[in-house]
Amino acid sequence: MTIHLSIVIFLPLAVAVVGLLLPTALVRGVAIVGSLLVLAYAIVIVADFESGASGLQYVTNDVWISELGIRWKLGVDGLNLFLILLTTVLWTASTVWASLRSWDRPKLFFLHLALAETAVLGALTAQDLALFVVFFDLMLVPFFFLTGQWGTGERVRATTKLVIYTLVGSLLMLSAAVATGVLSASGDQSITFEISALAERTLPRGTQDWIFLFFAAAFLVKMPAFPLHGWMPDGYTSMPLPVLAVFSGVLSKVAAYGFLRIVLPVFPDATVHYQEFMLLLALMSILYGSVMAFTTTQVRLVLGYSSVAQLGFIVLGIFALRETGAQGAILQAVNHGLVVAPAFFVVALLAERVGSEDLRDMGGLALRAPVLATMALIVTFAILAMPGSSNFVGEFLILLGTFQSKIVFAFVASTGVVLAAVYALRLFIRAFHNDRGVERQESREISLRDSFVLVPLVAAIVALALYPQLALHRSERSTTQAVAEAKALATGEVARTAVMP
Amino acid sequence: MIAAVETPYIDWAGLSPLVALLGGALAVLVVGLLRPRWIREGFVPLLAIASFGTAIGLSIWQWGERTDLMEGALRLDELTLSLTMLFCVAGIAAVLLSWRHVAPREAAHGEYYCLLLSVTAGMFVLVAAQNLVTLFLGLELLSVPLYVLCATETRREGSLESGLKYLIVGSVGSATLLFGLAFLYGATGSTDFAGIARAVEGSVSDDSLLLGGVALAMVGLAFKASVAPFHQWTPDVYEGAPTPVTAFMAVATKAAALGVTLRLFDVALIGASDVWQDVLAFLAAVTIIVGNVGALGQSSLKRLLAYSSVAQSGYMLAGVVVATRLGVQATVFYLAVYLAMNLAAFAVIIIRERETPLGDSIDAVAGLGSSRPLLAWPLTISMLALAGFPVTGGFIGKFYLIDAAVAGDYVWLGVVIVIGSMISLAYYLRVVAAVWMRPAAEVAAPVSPGETPALAGGAPEADRAPVELLFVAVGFAALTIAAGIVPQPLFDLVHDAGQALPGLF
Repeated sequence: MTIHLSIVIFLPLAVAVVGLLLPTALVRGVAIVGSLLVLAYAIVIVADFESGASGLQYVTNDVWISELGIRWKLGVDGLNLFLILLTTVLWTASTVWASLRSWDRPKLFFLHLALAETAVLGALTAQDLALFVVFFDLMLVPFFFLTGQWGTGERVRATTKLVIYTLVGSLLMLSAAVATGVLSASGDQSITFEISALAERTLPRGTQDWIFLFFAAAFLVKMPAFPLHGWMPDGYTSMPLPVLAVFSGVLSKVAAYGFLRIVLPVFPDATVHYQEFMLLLALMSILYGSVMAFTTTQVRLVLGYSSVAQLGFIVLGIFALRETGAQGAILQAVNHGLVVAPAFFVVALLAERVGSEDLRDMGGLALRAPVLATMALIVTFAILAMPGSSNFVGEFLILLGTFQSKIVFAFVASTGVVLAAVYALRLFIRAFHNDRGVERQESREISLRDSFVLVPLVAAIVALALYPQLALHRSERSTTQAVAEAKALATGEVARTAVMP
Repeated sequence: MIAAVETPYIDWAGLSPLVALLGGALAVLVVGLLRPRWIREGFVPLLAIASFGTAIGLSIWQWGERTDLMEGALRLDELTLSLTMLFCVAGIAAVLLSWRHVAPREAAHGEYYCLLLSVTAGMFVLVAAQNLVTLFLGLELLSVPLYVLCATETRREGSLESGLKYLIVGSVGSATLLFGLAFLYGATGSTDFAGIARAVEGSVSDDSLLLGGVALAMVGLAFKASVAPFHQWTPDVYEGAPTPVTAFMAVATKAAALGVTLRLFDVALIGASDVWQDVLAFLAAVTIIVGNVGALGQSSLKRLLAYSSVAQSGYMLAGVVVATRLGVQATVFYLAVYLAMNLAAFAVIIIRERETPLGDSIDAVAGLGSSRPLLAWPLTISMLALAGFPVTGGFIGKFYLIDAAVAGDYVWLGVVIVIGSMISLAYYLRVVAAVWMRPAAEVAAPVSPGETPALAGGAPEADRAPVELLFVAVGFAALTIAAGIVPQPLFDLVHDAGQALPGLF
């Protein structure tokens, strides 16, 4: 089956531009149709995907800028397949959710939302390093406007902070990417940025080291990971909730994906060199994120800090440099996206009912809104990685991989699993039980239209819990390939490939 | 007996762009003397545009020629022609921006546009020069009318101050350059670039006369291109000059100064590249940092763009530093996108200057996002492009420059470019945030007569901006985006420009 990834990428934007030309009354409808179309396309890709085949599928490979050696190369394999699906699912949910609420200047709002989806899908499918950088930086633009114009509180300050933090990383990555392309071309090789070609060329050790650090800075800021999370509290507090749901659910995963797609295969020596450093950062993210999530009372920030901890787990899995760890990381990336987005929607519903996003003002909703509480409970169980949930499988695989390579880190990281239970349960109990006996007696149940968004997402969590092999099976070959070279170096199966400078 | 003077052979076809510009300059001067108002205010600018357009057309006609003109005084090649096209595009934009501006009315229309065309002719001579004498001739033909243009708003103190300041600082720069050129002649015994290149080959590092010449020439050109630490005049002059003139200076003068730097260093002094490369790289790095840091606290948009232009000079200097074909191409490419990004921003600033009493303050553009999308988008695109966001020409240009720097063994300079871009985010985004995320500033005081002249036939609160200004803003913003998505035509253009310089690889 021929699938044109360029169409998948630009479909959201194209539909949104059409929406700009139509009357304002139709904008919401157009936005929903657009996101559903992309979702349908993504489902077709997953269904059509050959899990046995190795390498990229549905490849688009054209010259974009020949002078710079930049190619328009897109492709899907096990690494990005489910992240693409996750992106389209969450964007559909957010678009529907946003279209049920009223926004100032709705045309622009949905245009930015669609541009963001285009950029994320582009970054996920790009198989050329320069193209990846283009889309990775582009992701930021719509979020800058979405936060700055439709956010709450200190939105301008927050959005400026967000952009400067992330672009500092991105620009470092830009220079590192150019350097990778230029310096890896030895002799009369022509410059290329194709990731598969770069993986076959070798860079000197010293060069790899600084390039690795630049890339890592970009990805760790985007996640965010400790200690580069400074923009997160402000950014998370100010973003409009449907925007935050996709931001937290998807953008951080693009960063994690960047490690597997680019850093491990292209800079294997530096990866091994900095393995323990990265594992240490991952551990600190897990512990710091968990503790902060336990102490803060802002519901958004509880979820924000829990994301820091979860992303810590994902980094841990990647830098265990074992197949199981990497597979767990990919699975966990999908899981976390699928869990955190409905969690933010629940927060939005809570805030609408209580009038505040502070845990201290909440409580007792379980009696008045049993359906909402049940769905929230499922989400909570998934966050705390209850055995039986897909998150449990993901964390298990990550820890397994870490045990195989660095046992000490694995032991410490295991405490993170316990801490997750503590903050997740605290969140649920404070928000839904703990009746404060206020006289708000009328039913506070979730409305039918909101359940259109929440129920499918919760159903997806349950489905993935029942059958995580769906994702594992299709990603297995690609993750093995992604970590192969670094693993071989780390375990000493092969001698160092790169020449000392 | 009458001594027969040998006149050099003149290739009129090759000189035709210059002839078009100078002929246009004379024509507008004469036509500007006619009485009817419509001739002075309508026909004269049109004539100026026609003359710029003719020069562009003739440049396209001459494309592909690589010959010496006037016994080797000028060099006609794709570098000259591509830069000439840039100057003329900037010139057309400047005419459109000045059309209903106060400056040409005060300076008399004929004179104003005549000066503008003379400046452009000077730029042609400057970037085509391959002889020290013609180089200086071109530089003065460029500079002197420009000093006057800065002071054309004769009833505004700032404009006069700007003209005087530019005259003094510019003269110091010219004098320094002249010293440098004299030293170069003394060291090599030749005013001809080819002769200098032959003499420089080999015996370099111990010849103090030559080194002094290179250093002084570098300083002189640094004044013109506003390279730190010789940039201090830039913000004051940019702020004071009439905004259309500022826009023209920011893009065209910059292109001319970098064009001549390319030719002088990458052709005449290429043999001494190991001497000047590191110094120039250091200057570029300083310029990037100084320009970007200087722009941080500015609340006047013209001052902000002045500092940003200093920083951008630093970026483009990186293309000169590496002394490779790739570097030349990257510089010319960046000059082209830089032109588009800046003109879009200046057009919006001019529109707001006429509509509000806030002048070029950042408050003047606050809240445009909700009320005036046709102004908000060009300004936003321009700022994002200057900051180097993808899908704009600015990103590709920066990518190209970093590419050239890394390939030329100046990885650290590539990193400095990136660090400069990071700092620049803070002020470019401040403008974007003002446009979209702040309410419109309260315009309390009514326009006081002497201060901000109201546009003929338009109240300050006029809902519709003048169509020619909108055309410049929207057109160049669209070009900025186009250069980011389909850069190939521009790459083809600069590819030829890079091939035109011999001796590079």
